[in-house]
Amino acid sequence: MEKVFTRPKTLSDVQMAYCAGCTHGIAHRLVAEVIDELGVRENTVGVCPVGCSVFLYEYFECDTIEAAHGRAPAVATGVKRCLPDRVVFTYQGDGDLAAIGTAEIVHAASRGENISVMFINNAIYGMTGGQMAPTTMLGQESTTTPGGRDHARAGYPMRVCELLSPLEGVAYAARVSLTSPANVAKAKRAIKTAFQNQLDGKGLSIVEMLSTCPTQWGVSPLDAFRHVDEVMTAYYPLGVYKDVNG
Amino acid sequence: MGKRILMKGNEAVVHGAIAAQCRAFFGYPITPQNEVPEYMSKCMPEVGGVFLQAESEIAAINMVYGAACVGVRAMTSSSSPGISLKMEGISYIAGAQLPCVIVNVQRGGPGLGNIAPAQSDYFQAVKGGGHGDYKLLTIAPWSVQEMFEHAALAFDLADRYRNPAMILSDAIVGQMLEPIEIPDCVDTDIPAKPWATTGASGRSRNILTSLYIVPEDLERINLKIQAKYAAASLREVRYQEFDVEDADLVLVAYGSTARICRTSMTMARKKGLKVGLFRPISLFPFPSARLAELARLGKQFLTVEMSAGQMVEDVRLAVNGVSTVDFYGRLGGMVPGPVEILDQAGLSLERMHPKSYTVGARFGMVGSGE
Ligand SMILES: Cc1ncc(C[n+]2csc(CCOP(=O)(O)OP(=O)(O)O)c2C)c(N)n1
Ligand code: SF4
Repeated sequence: MEKVFTRPKTLSDVQMAYCAGCTHGIAHRLVAEVIDELGVRENTVGVCPVGCSVFLYEYFECDTIEAAHGRAPAVATGVKRCLPDRVVFTYQGDGDLAAIGTAEIVHAASRGENISVMFINNAIYGMTGGQMAPTTMLGQESTTTPGGRDHARAGYPMRVCELLSPLEGVAYAARVSLTSPANVAKAKRAIKTAFQNQLDGKGLSIVEMLSTCPTQWGVSPLDAFRHVDEVMTAYYPLGVYKDVNG
Repeated sequence: MGKRILMKGNEAVVHGAIAAQCRAFFGYPITPQNEVPEYMSKCMPEVGGVFLQAESEIAAINMVYGAACVGVRAMTSSSSPGISLKMEGISYIAGAQLPCVIVNVQRGGPGLGNIAPAQSDYFQAVKGGGHGDYKLLTIAPWSVQEMFEHAALAFDLADRYRNPAMILSDAIVGQMLEPIEIPDCVDTDIPAKPWATTGASGRSRNILTSLYIVPEDLERINLKIQAKYAAASLREVRYQEFDVEDADLVLVAYGSTARICRTSMTMARKKGLKVGLFRPISLFPFPSARLAELARLGKQFLTVEMSAGQMVEDVRLAVNGVSTVDFYGRLGGMVPGPVEILDQAGLSLERMHPKSYTVGARFGMVGSGE
């Protein structure tokens, strides 16, 4: 009998510690499948963030580095500049990439570092207990926006793809979601493009994945998926924001 | 045959690093170290290495982290305020047990301070600086020649102990012009780096992290790191002595201050004052055992620094009350002159040996009463 579904070689045979309904696991799997399909596992260096996916290195069967909070694009720059023929990716949450690490991602993008950036936008700080992220929606409750995020006090949610795509060094910027088989398929195509661009030496590619955090949002997994589709997607439109391939 | 060239300290450290097979440099402009990235931007591409001007010192040290992870000899340089920004990254590099070299061309502080020479980052360099129980293997050049030589030494130390090493320089050593000997080839020892994250080709994956969520594991790693420091304390102590055998008073100073103290010492000897000089070259590990021995032999000490008194704490710890340790410091970018230090030496001698030294010490007018 033909085996039609199996664990990607790039994923370790361990149980992930993510909460039920969390899309970090789906994102991991998609990245691992792409690495498998491109046949680059033995040539890949992953740079992990600080956030719920801090243990990415436990889950990936490739060489990995744990970076300081937000610094993954700088660490990836150091790796890629020294070993230009390796495939280098970062995997970062929205606190990591869009708050503490803003300077590092903007300048890596501006320099056109030839890396692939996997960006998980779940509109909250998952790991530290549900504080406001730069991407938290207006009106969204968090442990540091009691009563909901109010722009007069806490500013507006940041749209990262829109921010980065005008930079010359960015080859590809796409926003996807992981809420349905169709969306997952699109997300995988975007991730594959991001890695293929790197193999083709095109510059920095970023895939922003709208993700769920049912635990810190305080909703059921099902409602979390619905929230992404109905609320987040309205503010963070899905689509390709930049593609140097035309 | 080697060659003799006139150059600045900041240029010498670049040539030294490249001769020691440094192949990646990441930096950010700040005076008085700007010549380091400037020369690097020219020299590194010539040897096929990586030069990148980062968007900040934080980014620069994290790029060094990435380069170190893949087994490349990597370096960054900065001056005091920029070194403060690097501290997060340095702690991660120490925690992940990676080698790299950081050059600090110290300037006046705190805050933005000024761009004049200072030694007020000693604590930050030798006591850790960033968070957690780690230390930087720290060496202090006092000449342009040593700026060249210490590059290879720092890389060898960093590789030997898989720990960041710091060259603690200052605006004088960085900016001064001196003729130096550049050898045809530099002795350096680059070990194999099987831990490097170069891609898991034909082997199981490598992970480089400073995260150990289980306290038992993190304690084990910490003990391993401490064991490396204990080993370095036995093997890597470096210092230089001048006329200490018959000295009643030993000046203790490092870097450019030691150069000035040497002049003061010569002046003192001409006046018949038995003054010697002890120059720590390795600041961590600190030459405590030798200082303790000198104290037991009856030597008294005057520590001179361009700080409010930082290294003097290590001198006092080493001497441990066995003899007297005086301190003289200038702050905020002020450089003590040789006569000024001579005066202080005279005052210390008067106080410590009232019977032998009775002449007033002001204005370099000191003399021996013997
Ligand atoms: C310098 C520093 N500041 C703060 C923290 C604490 N911290 C850990 S994870 C995190 C936020 C993570 O949020 P995000 O990047 O959105 O990832 P998520 O957990 O939601 O996946 C913070 C603030 C830290 N580890 N280091
Ligand atoms: S806290 Fe949120 S982001 Fe973290 S694992 Fe749980 S659901 Fe996922």
